[in-house]
Amino acid sequence: MSQSTYVTGADGALWEIVIGLEVHCELRTETKLFCGCRNAFGEEPNTNVCPVCLGLPGSLPVLNRQAVEYAIRIGTALHCQVQRSIFHRKNYFYPDMPKDFQISQYDIPLNADGWLELPSAKRVGIVRAHMEEDTGKTTHLGGGGRIHGAAHSLVDYNRAGVPLVEIVSAPDLRGAEEARDYVDELRAILVATGASDGKMEEGSLRVDCNVSVRRQGDTELGTRCEIKNLNSLRSLGRAIAYESARQVEVIEAGGKVAQQTRGWDEADGRTHSMRSKEEAYDYRYFPEPDLVTLDPGEEWVQNVRSSLAVMPAERRRRVAEAAGAPVSSEPVATVVRLDLDGLVVAAVAAQVDAALALRRLANEVAGQLAETGPTDMGPDAFVRLVKMEQDGELTSAQARTVLKVLVSEGGDPKAIASGLGFEAMAAGALSGVVDDVVAANPKEWERYAGGDDKLTGFFIGKIKAATGGNADLRAATELLRQRRG
Amino acid sequence: MSAEARTTPATALAADVRAGRRSAVEVLEEHLARIATTEGDVHAFNLVTEAHARAQAAAVDGAVSEGRDPGPLAGVPVALKDLICTRGVPTTCSSRILEGWTPPYDATVVTRLAAAGAVFVGKTNMDEFAMGSSTEHSAFGPTRNPHDLSRVPGGSSGGSAAAVAAGYAPVSLGSDTGGSIRQPAALCGVVGAKPTYGLVSRYGLVAFASSLDQIGPFTTTVADAALVLDVIGGHDPRDSTSLPDTAREKAASRLGRGVEGLRVGVISELAGAQGIATDVAARVRHAADALAGAGAKVEEVSVTSVVYGLSAYYMIAPAEASSNLARYDGVRYGLRVPGEDITDMYIATRSAGFGPEVKRRIMLGTYALSAGYYDAYYGKAQKVRTLIIQDFEEAYRSYDVLLSPTSPTTAFELGAKTSDPLTMYLNDVCTIPSNLAGHPAVSVPFGTGDDGLPVGVQVLAPALGEPVMFQVAEVLEAAVAGAPGGAK
Amino acid sequence: MARLARLSLTDDELHQYTSQLAGVLEHAADIEALDIEGVPPTAHPFPLVNVLRDDVVAASLDRAEVLGQAPDVDQDRFRIPRILGEAP
Repeated sequence: MSQSTYVTGADGALWEIVIGLEVHCELRTETKLFCGCRNAFGEEPNTNVCPVCLGLPGSLPVLNRQAVEYAIRIGTALHCQVQRSIFHRKNYFYPDMPKDFQISQYDIPLNADGWLELPSAKRVGIVRAHMEEDTGKTTHLGGGGRIHGAAHSLVDYNRAGVPLVEIVSAPDLRGAEEARDYVDELRAILVATGASDGKMEEGSLRVDCNVSVRRQGDTELGTRCEIKNLNSLRSLGRAIAYESARQVEVIEAGGKVAQQTRGWDEADGRTHSMRSKEEAYDYRYFPEPDLVTLDPGEEWVQNVRSSLAVMPAERRRRVAEAAGAPVSSEPVATVVRLDLDGLVVAAVAAQVDAALALRRLANEVAGQLAETGPTDMGPDAFVRLVKMEQDGELTSAQARTVLKVLVSEGGDPKAIASGLGFEAMAAGALSGVVDDVVAANPKEWERYAGGDDKLTGFFIGKIKAATGGNADLRAATELLRQRRG
Repeated sequence: MSAEARTTPATALAADVRAGRRSAVEVLEEHLARIATTEGDVHAFNLVTEAHARAQAAAVDGAVSEGRDPGPLAGVPVALKDLICTRGVPTTCSSRILEGWTPPYDATVVTRLAAAGAVFVGKTNMDEFAMGSSTEHSAFGPTRNPHDLSRVPGGSSGGSAAAVAAGYAPVSLGSDTGGSIRQPAALCGVVGAKPTYGLVSRYGLVAFASSLDQIGPFTTTVADAALVLDVIGGHDPRDSTSLPDTAREKAASRLGRGVEGLRVGVISELAGAQGIATDVAARVRHAADALAGAGAKVEEVSVTSVVYGLSAYYMIAPAEASSNLARYDGVRYGLRVPGEDITDMYIATRSAGFGPEVKRRIMLGTYALSAGYYDAYYGKAQKVRTLIIQDFEEAYRSYDVLLSPTSPTTAFELGAKTSDPLTMYLNDVCTIPSNLAGHPAVSVPFGTGDDGLPVGVQVLAPALGEPVMFQVAEVLEAAVAGAPGGAK
Repeated sequence: MARLARLSLTDDELHQYTSQLAGVLEHAADIEALDIEGVPPTAHPFPLVNVLRDDVVAASLDRAEVLGQAPDVDQDRFRIPRILGEAP
């Protein structure tokens, strides 16, 4: 149980933080959802627009097949029911929406009732993953670029009509950390399906967060607030921390949490109510008469299912099994997250020590990649190196050194090792070092030879120092023991 | 003004132009001259595009002189209802809110007509956003009936109907959501057809009620209507509701076959119903007799749910319209009335830009869709639609086509019905069921009423039944022409 | 309702519309008498499914032409008065 799962109230009581997330994912299609305009980020304003995505009078939408394909992939990867669906119009006036309604799926989403497995092995329910069109982009002038206080605004419709899938989780998440894990996991899944580039910084993934609190042990859900404008995982975590504390404060002061939409303000670190009070929204949903029923059917869904890449949770399961590690363990999550699990699988195939491979990848390689970025190290080279270490051709320290070179420069582990002079440290040489160390420390040796095992560490330390860390310490220990008789 | 000013049918004009017997320019000038003479009284057009038309006509003549076939509508002047988008030519929907807007694209029907050699003479007046049955709800003033200038031409495509009746063009296009082609056709004494939903692309048709709207022709003859439909019809990948071309027969494919052996059902709920004028009802009986005389088996048939059509329509159409017309908000095109903030601007723009009938329907539609009323109104109306379709299907098991009045009355005086919307809405009682079912129907002029004004008879057919529909309509047309005093 | 539709009505209009709409709704009450339990709704006259387009880029409009139609333009964008609240 992580500390951030709870808020501690004024009286010391614990309040559980309950989170559900709505993630909007832009699909990586060539064109928009309902027209042939390019789906591209960062272009000159109002250049990727046509009668359809500008909502010009007389224009009509026609659904993009590839967008549906991606949406089905997402639904399948999230273990959803992929079903016959119809598009609805969600009616409200807003200047970033050219038709003043948004075409979206309403009561029958394309994908419903799925789940996602976190690295912790916890399953999070997916309520739905439906298709809809994106809005244009509004820039506020004056008032520091914020909507409040701006003198006027400017609208660019390049993004209007870009295909989105909105993925709505059940309120199964507890606390900020788990919410971040969920977004990470979802992003990995979306990228794996090929449907998304996963770029949060370009708005390809946008997260809205429903937060409520309840006293520890309560089973009823509290009143939730929806938080918008979360542009990074960091904002998500901060916003949850702030908002859950705010709600506890409200309740403890005898108040009630009002169900509302709140915006996260990165600068002042607070959420604030977003709507003027008079405005009640009534979206007047009704079936979009310009589109026909979408019925993917068994065959399409089957084809998608059979061609889908292996998802992270399954990869973790495979690595865990291969390395004999718990599926929810940190190293397993790490190698999959960094796309290194193929190397563990290669180790298994080559019948070398998979647990050792996992350890090297999750510790040394992961650490190095965090600093240097991706590596060209191939599975063959990696497997040979693990085998050298496993067979005692290299000490673990030597192996780590070779691995570091291998990760940054690639090449052949044997060649790297010999280039570093590590081959010389074979059994004979080590034996000589042990002799020297024993001779130099007669008192200690007497005690060790007399059965005082506590001195093993002393000798190993000396041997390590004498060899500059390049000794196979297991072999050295064995030599010491043999010498004692 | 009399209806004698009628133009030569499109089929004959196009044949002459294709054969080089007449030039397209000459044909055009003849029609422009007629427009110049009486348009000041009729006001069929929002815009006459003379220069554009002359260039098109010259191009048609050029093609003929080079030995190329300009197409089946070679040199035929065509007027377009002012809600069909024309690239570079203003399209107003007879609304202030679209003033100054020039579409950057052509509607599919415009592209198809142009490719068939048609020459566009102008954009016709209409009830604002096609909401109305008299063309009095135009921001640019009413159109008058060429048969009697004190009367309305019907609506909403009143300008298109009047343009053909006045001989300004042998062909015009209108749109029909609840009768907006057939009712004005009846009141102006011309042929007006609403095709099967999905037969003609709606791409570039400014939407009123998307699930009901269809573009169709006004012509002086049944054969012309079939010809035009065969030009503008057919699958369009830009319209998701466009029907596939498979199994579709040409609309003109059954012309000239007579009605011997066909089964015709006269819809009892509409033929003699309350509100149908006795002279109109009498003309429908004459039409039934004429078909029986030509060898058809004619019987009365009950299609019980059609009486609920009007109520269902006035839930569905305004609901869809309230959403379709949301985009007129002063941000991207058309009228903007400044406001303090965006909401003020929206309200100021829309309140100034829309006329009273449009506002009324937006209000009605907003209500019908709003939370708490959806099931009672829009949802229920969609179920009534199912009933109407089922009842029609049942009737078409026994009959090839159905017959009814088009409009309950002949053309009424300007101003007679503007103060009471419900009375105005009742004009559409006979035409609405076809829109709700998505079926085709055509209004054929069939003589005149007691006031000497044209009466239209409606021939209804099942989905994609245009060939048999025109087959029957043509026999009615011949019966009127052949009968001495058939105009009475 | 008028605010939802972004319309402002004068008192006269409001009064007139209210009674007219009441009339239309009263007329629509005939539907109430119908037994339509279990009748499926028709959103489309024809049950087309899966009308889809290939993901192929088509030409967009010329920006000058698009912005030329706009009531107000600034920095190649549509300029609008200030917005009082975030999108819902």
